[in-house]
Amino acid sequence: MPFDFEPLWLSIELAAITVAILLAVGTPIAWWLARTRSRLRVAVEAVVALPLVLPPTVLGFYLLLMLGPGGPLGGLLLSVTGSSLTFSFEGLVFASTIYSLPFVVQPVQGAFEAVGRGPLEAAFALRARAFDAFFTVVVPMARRGFITGGVLGFAHTLGEFGVVLMVGGNIPGETRLISIAVFEHVETLNYPAAHALSATLLGFCFLVLLTVYAVNRRFPVHAGR
Amino acid sequence: MPAAENPAAPRLEANLRLDRGDFRLEASLDARLSGVTAVFGPSGCGKTTLLRAIAGLEREARGRIAFDGTVWQDDRTFIPTRERRAGLVFQDARLFSHLTVRGNILYGHRRTPADERIFQPETVIRLMALEPLLGRRVSSLSGGERQRVSFARAVLATPRLLLMDEPLASLDQDRKEEILPFIERLAGELAIPTLYVSHEIDEVVRLASDLVLVSDGRVVASGPIEEVSNRFDLRSYAGRLDAGSIIRMRVAGHDEETGITRFAFAGGEVIGPRVDLPEGAAINLRVRSRDVAIALDRPGRTSILNVLPGRVVEIGPNDGPQAHVLLDVGTALWARIMRRSVNELELRPGRPVYALIKAVAVDRRSLGRPTAMDLSLEERDAAPPDGRR
Repeated sequence: MPFDFEPLWLSIELAAITVAILLAVGTPIAWWLARTRSRLRVAVEAVVALPLVLPPTVLGFYLLLMLGPGGPLGGLLLSVTGSSLTFSFEGLVFASTIYSLPFVVQPVQGAFEAVGRGPLEAAFALRARAFDAFFTVVVPMARRGFITGGVLGFAHTLGEFGVVLMVGGNIPGETRLISIAVFEHVETLNYPAAHALSATLLGFCFLVLLTVYAVNRRFPVHAGR
Repeated sequence: MPAAENPAAPRLEANLRLDRGDFRLEASLDARLSGVTAVFGPSGCGKTTLLRAIAGLEREARGRIAFDGTVWQDDRTFIPTRERRAGLVFQDARLFSHLTVRGNILYGHRRTPADERIFQPETVIRLMALEPLLGRRVSSLSGGERQRVSFARAVLATPRLLLMDEPLASLDQDRKEEILPFIERLAGELAIPTLYVSHEIDEVVRLASDLVLVSDGRVVASGPIEEVSNRFDLRSYAGRLDAGSIIRMRVAGHDEETGITRFAFAGGEVIGPRVDLPEGAAINLRVRSRDVAIALDRPGRTSILNVLPGRVVEIGPNDGPQAHVLLDVGTALWARIMRRSVNELELRPGRPVYALIKAVAVDRRSLGRPTAMDLSLEERDAAPPDGRR
């Protein structure tokens, strides 16, 4: 019996796109949180951490309302592009970005805080401009935070279920992700198909983590500065 | 020559205010800088904050800073750190852990326009003895090696002024001895004016030609080290400085047989244990006040080798049974004697006396070599520095 691996690739594609967006969006947020003395900081931290505690179905429900044709964002998109974001791959990307935000922002923020102001000041005194110093000193010194954040964000997106079900539904090739497909196979008692998908995912995830940790080990652990 | 008396030395003016709740900096400094100028004061007095403000790292600091004719900061201007060209050496080195020693050293050099570069990497690497370390990761370096890397890194960005914040504080005594010559080379051979923050009198005596005294967020005094350290009105600020007088001397000659060195100064010569410096080399010499005795007549047969004629300038206020007596022996010299002796000898300002200094008081720890002057004599492994000099 031929297995349909499409849900697996769709999930991986979604996770990869989501992590890329989160690194781009989450890094400035993490930097701001690591550096600011603003009173807004605690509020922003709380909002970023919300997906950690909210049941995915609750988050999915509100995303559905927001992204649907009657919602504020969905309505706007409908009038501009002719389609809302619900039950589409793009909608899933948006939802996943919200859903996995803390898993990227928190490790990166922690790494920025660990690097501290010191190396940045040293770079300024060595004539580096702000962006230069950020990308040549701060980011490399915080790379463990980025690796951790990337892996966690990827894994978390790969495993999402509740949010996907609420926002994306189950459209083959569009929103039918691996978690949905496995659930469906189990419900229809198609255990071999569930196995095939699950075992492949298990192996894939193990290989990814193995690679990440092996690469990470090549950089020696630095004591202090 | 102390920078304060050198009209060619660049001038640093700073009038700074910084309020931070429990701490207030209200510093006013106008000094010419060449060689090493020590910023001395107890821990927490604000000397590090002053240095950081000069570097442009304290954005809340209000006031005016100008260096060598360029305004770095005033009501309208704030030149960012990277454009002030002030090299920074931190207590904790702050090396970039993701780069090798070479990568660290060249970080600022690569960001310095070619036409502004004065020092070549090879020269500085040789001066700081870093060749064997170039390929190493910084995590494998010792504390002393780290500081040498951070010196080289700062210098290769071609700073007009070096700011050092207790660069030896995290090192043990042996490592300090090892690093001190490298700091002397920076200020001497490379001729970069250096502000050196420290609360260690030994480092100050050894390195500095000029002194900025900081207390409670204020600059109390600045000038040649000899002058500032011997002013009586500053003794309460100078803290541990008051353990003795700092006298600038030159090596006048050695007597190999008896193992002594003669040091010359304005008031004559003193004798101390042999030091490994060429004739003519300048040093700061510290004479502890408790090692100075006073006599009314020139003593005859005595084991004390240094007998300096002079007169009493001032007798300090009561310090228990002891008294601090300021003598003029061609330079200021403090003696700590019993108050009873003051009475018995009828010491009073103007009275001619002889100061007796035990030669053994001139020990190795109290010797300091100031910068710039004697370093030209010490060519050892150093190639001629490129340009500027």
